[in-house]
Amino acid sequence: MTGVQETGLREAGSELIGAAASRAEVCIVACAEAWRGDGEIAASPMGLVPTAGARLARATFEPDLLLSDGEARFVAGTWALGEPAPGPVEGWIPFRAVFDLAWHGSRHVMMSPAQIDRHGNANISAIGDYARPARQLLGVRGAPGNTVNHPTSYWVRRHLRRVFVPRVDMVSGVGYDSAAAAGTVACAFLDLRRVVTNLAVLDFGGPDHGMRLVSVHPGVTVDDVIAGTGFELAIDGDVPDTRQPAAAELALIRDVIDPSGLCERDLRG
Amino acid sequence: MSEDDVVARLRSGMTIGIGGWGSRRKPMSLVRAILRSDLRDLTVVSYGGPDVGLLCAAGKIRRLVFGFVSLDSIPLEPHFQAARQRGAIEVTEYDEGMLQWALYAAACRLPFLPARSGLGSDVLAVNPELRTVRSPYDGTELVAVPALRLDVALVHLNRADAAGNAQFLGDDLYFDDLFCTAADQAYVSCERVVPTAELEAGGLTRLRVHRWMVAGVVEAPGGAHFTSCAPDYERDERFQELYAAAARDPERWARFAATYLGGGEAGYQAAVGALRAEATS
Repeated sequence: MTGVQETGLREAGSELIGAAASRAEVCIVACAEAWRGDGEIAASPMGLVPTAGARLARATFEPDLLLSDGEARFVAGTWALGEPAPGPVEGWIPFRAVFDLAWHGSRHVMMSPAQIDRHGNANISAIGDYARPARQLLGVRGAPGNTVNHPTSYWVRRHLRRVFVPRVDMVSGVGYDSAAAAGTVACAFLDLRRVVTNLAVLDFGGPDHGMRLVSVHPGVTVDDVIAGTGFELAIDGDVPDTRQPAAAELALIRDVIDPSGLCERDLRG
Repeated sequence: MSEDDVVARLRSGMTIGIGGWGSRRKPMSLVRAILRSDLRDLTVVSYGGPDVGLLCAAGKIRRLVFGFVSLDSIPLEPHFQAARQRGAIEVTEYDEGMLQWALYAAACRLPFLPARSGLGSDVLAVNPELRTVRSPYDGTELVAVPALRLDVALVHLNRADAAGNAQFLGDDLYFDDLFCTAADQAYVSCERVVPTAELEAGGLTRLRVHRWMVAGVVEAPGGAHFTSCAPDYERDERFQELYAAAARDPERWARFAATYLGGGEAGYQAAVGALRAEATS
């Protein structure tokens, strides 16, 4: 059931700040939008910008989301990146319960892939030949299970051709073509929502669930995005700009969620 | 028992499961004892952290069964990375949930458990021995995650009694109970061995490892260092940074190993204490 959240900021103001919003702030809002309409599920962001986005979504238009403190607690309220959650704690979710949650489907994760392709296959495991990788990364972690069990979005800090590749080296997160080849069970709950990058927002609304350019961040051109993408993107007519943060959203980001500008630094660094 | 007593019961070629998660509540003093031994060709099963890194660096691992290897606050484990990039270890890479299922199947004495996780991913491609199974109820095809029986499990908990009843006092048991029940022999190291009568006061629902699962107990204060063992201690981030920096440079690693890994567990704890004293002076 719906929890009570006394943020007082549930409805973001409609006043636009325009040029006042930084790229990082546009990205945070674009990540927050990934969870719009999700209701009472767990938002599991990986990385600073997605985490800021999830907190912003809950503090504004998606108040029923559940958020963890990054360890084993569901915590209510809105708090700053890098700071301990003040609580109150509303649930215990050790890793085992996270798996249960994932398999139940009541979760929407946002992961950060090292490679992603046109069909949404994502790699967080290893780059190059699997037997002897040029670069070993984390391992597949929960990506195979996450993607076939519940909604998944992605955050890419640097929109580059070495990330947006024709074919990923190790399918960790399952894409639409891989799921189709694997059969009905793999497809049943596959739901790749959006890819937010430092340049743009993309989804899988192109032909055959191909990756499609949804919007470019203010100041970015469609050509910039194409130049950073190693495969053909679906582009429907004129591509709009990613929406600007509302005044209330900017206030939340600057005063509450990221007062020390960690996202800004992460994006630049 | 001592760490060395536990290691004396291990044999080269064994399949050893290591509890904890990433750089959290790892049985590091037992891992350090393995580093000092002549054990080799181990199959290590772990939600991996510096346990895996250290064993890779010492050339103890023939095969690693894992879902990830990470130091948490430092995302990539340098020794594990280097071992993979040299092609020095064989791997069985599973989705995290598949690894839980593999241990649970072994713990339940089942040949496999069905799972959705893994379908469509390259986990099935790089592990061609994995099979799918068709549900007799609705005909759907699922991954048959095979039971992963362990010869030995090594876990570190906050408290235990001498009989092997053990308790986690932090926020997460991780999968330590499953590692123990999937294993022929499980060894628990703990921060403090306490009388049985003191365990309930620590919280009944935290008393999740039972003596029937456990073959031996080692009292190992600081035994999870430098991983976290909340609430007894947090991860030693400074030491972990030192470890990771050393792991990226062979000369620094030689110095690190000589300082911290050459003198037994007491020597390790003394060297860590000396570093801490130096930092606070």
